[in-house]
This record gives sequence, structure tokens and C-alpha cells, in this order.
Amino acid sequence: MTRRPARLPLGKAIGWLVLLALIVVTLTPFYVMLKTAVSGPGTLFQQARSLMPLEPTTVHFERVLGLLSPEEARAAGGSGAVVNFPRALRNTVLFTVVVVLGQIFFSAMAAYAFARLRFVGRDLLFYGYLSALMIPNIVLFIPNFILIRDLGWLNTFQGMIAPFVLMTPFAVFFLRQFFLGIPASLEEAAKLDGSSPFGTFWRIILPISRTPLVTLGILTSIQAWNEFFWPFIVAREADVRVLTVALQSFQTSSAYGMPDWAGLMAATFLSVLPIFVLLIVLGRQVIASLQFSGLK
Amino acid sequence: MTDRTPAPTNPLGTTLRRVAKRAFNAEAATAYLFILPSLIGFTVFYGYPAVRAVMISFTEWSLLRAPRPIGLENYERLLGDPLFWNAMKVTGLYVLYNIPVQTIVGLFMAVAMHRLTQSLVVRGVLVLPYLVSNVVVGLAFLWVLDPLLGTFNTFLGWFGIPRQPFLGSPEQALISIAGINIWRHMGFTALLFYAGLQAIPKELYEAGTIDGAGEWRLFRHISLPLLRPVMVFVLVTSVIGSFQIFDTIAVTTQGGPVNATRAIVWYIYENAFQFFRMGYASALSVVLFLLLITVTILQMRFLQGSRSEME
Repeated sequence: MTRRPARLPLGKAIGWLVLLALIVVTLTPFYVMLKTAVSGPGTLFQQARSLMPLEPTTVHFERVLGLLSPEEARAAGGSGAVVNFPRALRNTVLFTVVVVLGQIFFSAMAAYAFARLRFVGRDLLFYGYLSALMIPNIVLFIPNFILIRDLGWLNTFQGMIAPFVLMTPFAVFFLRQFFLGIPASLEEAAKLDGSSPFGTFWRIILPISRTPLVTLGILTSIQAWNEFFWPFIVAREADVRVLTVALQSFQTSSAYGMPDWAGLMAATFLSVLPIFVLLIVLGRQVIASLQFSGLK
Repeated sequence: MTDRTPAPTNPLGTTLRRVAKRAFNAEAATAYLFILPSLIGFTVFYGYPAVRAVMISFTEWSLLRAPRPIGLENYERLLGDPLFWNAMKVTGLYVLYNIPVQTIVGLFMAVAMHRLTQSLVVRGVLVLPYLVSNVVVGLAFLWVLDPLLGTFNTFLGWFGIPRQPFLGSPEQALISIAGINIWRHMGFTALLFYAGLQAIPKELYEAGTIDGAGEWRLFRHISLPLLRPVMVFVLVTSVIGSFQIFDTIAVTTQGGPVNATRAIVWYIYENAFQFFRMGYASALSVVLFLLLITVTILQMRFLQGSRSEME
């Protein structure tokens, strides 16, 4: 007992030191992103060695948001490769909202049927859904691309959302697990009151499933906001592309010569702001959702 | 739900059964309506394409003309394709660089948090990289690892280490990409382990401490064995994900320099969407699928042993 107080603090101190180092490592790229984005035009070569931004300015944010004339933007270091940030942001927001609402609603309906209703082929169908979890995206993306192309949906919004808006196997599986745990007596009571199956689902099941719905909503939102591969394949034109695709093309379009790092970092930083806000406002739920995603 | 109907030995029982059957049908009809939207989504974008991918893999198809059936030719060709074997090597190496470091660092973070702090802020900060897109992460590191102006080279300069080309060199590109993804995933891995650690009763640690066990022995004899189900989950999912590395490559190296980062999914992507060899790309993707199934089964066998701790 007399030894331990002397030994523990040292171990604790080392533990804290390493943990703090990992926190610094985690945050540094974000800091570099922000620092580059607010550094004055023409300071790019000196700023690598400076911890603080040189000649701080918001001009890069302004030109990324399209608030400056093309001449002004070029003067501030724009390479001419324009990323239509407001447009891409709008596309990402729309994509995320439609995918999240559609996917969760339709998956919840299916999950309810799988958890609560009896019908021929229920288990077989459910295992079919589950086994789809094992298939790598790229296997499905090739035929899906061909289908979208045959429908004439390349470079359209509907082509982008189609594979995600009606279900994902994970969403159905996740909600079914929760619905299985709801006491059946609740629905029996509603049924006796003459509630239709859909009425029961809408007025009883969904309201008491707030927690898992929020969890799934958070996970799906983050995923949709960050989705890259599918939109990259089917929707690359400037008008329809989402932020991830726009940022990727912004970078690759400046392949000859130096990329417009300040503009790129300003755009990148703006694109992650919503994630920061989500984490600050809903931190506890976000972290609980992520922890839960591992314990499915 | 509805109780099971008693065995129909009398007219009343038969009637009951008929009623039950009718209810069952009404219930089934409702159920199908509930399932319909998801079933359309599943059939069109999961079930059918899964079968179609295999069918396409037996054809030669550039999308300009009708597909031409060629039997197993794509699979034969793949076995003799040096770029396929290169992609396998690159992918395998990437998994080997990525998984052990990511898992061990994540595990350390989790144990450190578990023993030192419950802070939500710490967890929030550490998981932040996982919440932003691969594209953002790729762009940020393209800049941080820039051979000329990158912060990381400046940092190395403090220790007298000369500038490194990182993503620009065939020798360092794949390791750099592995490093980027370790950075992105270590906090999330830690979060999963942390959740697992919290589920372990505190009394076990108290008892261990009373018996004079130090941190290492507590970890070795309590945390590690009881984390086994989480470990299985983390390893299986992160290995599957790691095999499918794509986004980071699309943003940073696009398969180069030379073939240093031409991992399998990037190679499939090139074949399908740059060279429009749909048949060959599908064959490659089917092989990837079979490989992933095999790896997953092996992992389950190896990690779970004879115990059935999952679920």
C-alpha cells in the first residue's frame, strides 16, 4: 500500500503523455488545413515553417464561396480550376437529406414486418438481406452503373440516390433487432382500439423507437455526407456532383503545376464544418451511435 | 403475437384454424406491403446485380456493343495478368501495414481512456478523423505530406531528417496511404474497444488490484481475454474494409507512382470505368468477393477457436 501511490502517478503520467501525443497527432492535420486556408495569398512557401497563419485573411473562403469576381479570385491565388462550392454543397445536403429520410423510413417499415408480422418466406428473405452485407461494393457497382446508364440516369440526382434511398441491409437489420425487443402488448392494445397496421407502426412503434432511429440517423447522415465512390462513378458532371466528388476533381484538375492549396484547404475545411457542428451539438449521441455500431 | 392455434380435433378447432388462417393471410398481405419498398431496393440494387455481376464476368462487354459470351476466358486471363497479381500484392501489403498498427494503437488508446479518463471530449476528438470523408482526409494529407512544403517534412527537419517524397515515391506511397488510414481509423477502433472495456465489471479490476496486479497484468488477464468478441468484430470488419481501399487512392496517388498503390479495387475501377472492360472487371470483382469470404471464414475460425462468444 505504501508503494503504490508513488508508482501509479508515474504510470498515469506516461499514459496521459502518450494519450495527449495521440490527440495532438489527431488534431494537427485539421489545424494545418485551417492554417493554410486563412494564410494570406503568396505566403504558401513561408507558412510551412510557421506555426501560426501568416497575414491571416478570409479571402480564400470568400473565393471558394463564390463571393469574389474571377479576377479577384485569381489575384488571391485561384488557379482558375473553379470548384462550384455552393452548388456542390447544395447537392450534398440534398443527397444526405433524401437518402437519410428515405432509407430510414423504408428500412423501418421492412424491419417492422420482419420483427412483428408473419408471412411466408420471412426468414428466407431476411437472410437474403443479411447476406448482401457480405458483398463488396465494387461487385454491385458495376451492374448498378450499367443499370443507371441504361435508364439514362447518369449525372442525375435520382441515379445518385437510387441504391441508397429504399433500404440498406444494415438499416433493416439494425432496426429489426430493436423492434424485436418492443413488448407486443403495446401493439395488441392499439389493435384492439381499431388501429390499422400502418397506424400502429406510425403512432406507436416509430415514436417509442426514437433512440435507435436517432442512432441510425446519425450513422446514415455521416455516411451519406461522406459518400464518394458511387457518386464518383455515376455523377461527375459539375452540376450534379456532391462535395466529395467536387473536391476530388478540384485536386486532380490542377495536376499540372501546383495545386491551389489555400483554396483547396478552405473548401475542405468548409466541407467538414457540418461534421464539427454535429459533434459539438450532438456529441454524446454521436459517440454512443458509433460505439453501438461496433456492438451490433 | 397471436397464440398458436390448438390442434384441431373438433369442429370448433377447425373453425378456429380457418379464422387463424384468414388472419394470417391478412397479416401476410400487410407484411408484404410493408416490405415492398425495401424489397424493390434490395432486388434492383443488391440481389439482381449480385447475380448479374457473375453473369457479366462470363462475357466481353465494352458497353458499346452487346456483351459477347466468352465462358471462363476472363478468369483465365486474370491468372496470367501481372497487374492483377501486382494488385493482390499491393492490397495484401496494405492490409499488413494497416491492420496491426491500427489495432494496437486503438487498443492502447482505449485502455488509456478506460483507466485515465471518461471524458467525452477526448473520445470526440479522437474519433473526429473517422467522421470526415476519405476525400477530405486524403486532401489534407496530400498537403501535410507534400514533398516540398508539407508540414510533416518540416517536422522531420527539426530532427535533421531530410525531406521525404512520401506519396510521390514508389517505395513510400503505399506506406503513406496506410499511415493516412491508420490516422483516420485508430480513434474509431479505440472507441469500439472502449465500449467493450466499459462492459467489463469494475469489480474484476478492483479484485485484481487488491491481489497486487499491475496495469500490464490487469490488461493481460482481464481486459484482453474479455475483449475477445470486440476484437473479432474489429479485426473482421477492418480487414474487410482494408481490402477494399479505394477513396484515399482516388484522391492521392490514383494507383501510382508506377504501380505502387494500384490496389485491387482501384484496378477493378480502372478496368470498368476507364477502359470499359465490364466483363474483365466483373471477373476481378467476383474473385475479390471469394477472397474476402475466405479471409473472413479463416479469421472467424482462427480468432474464435471453438468458443462461440459472438452474440
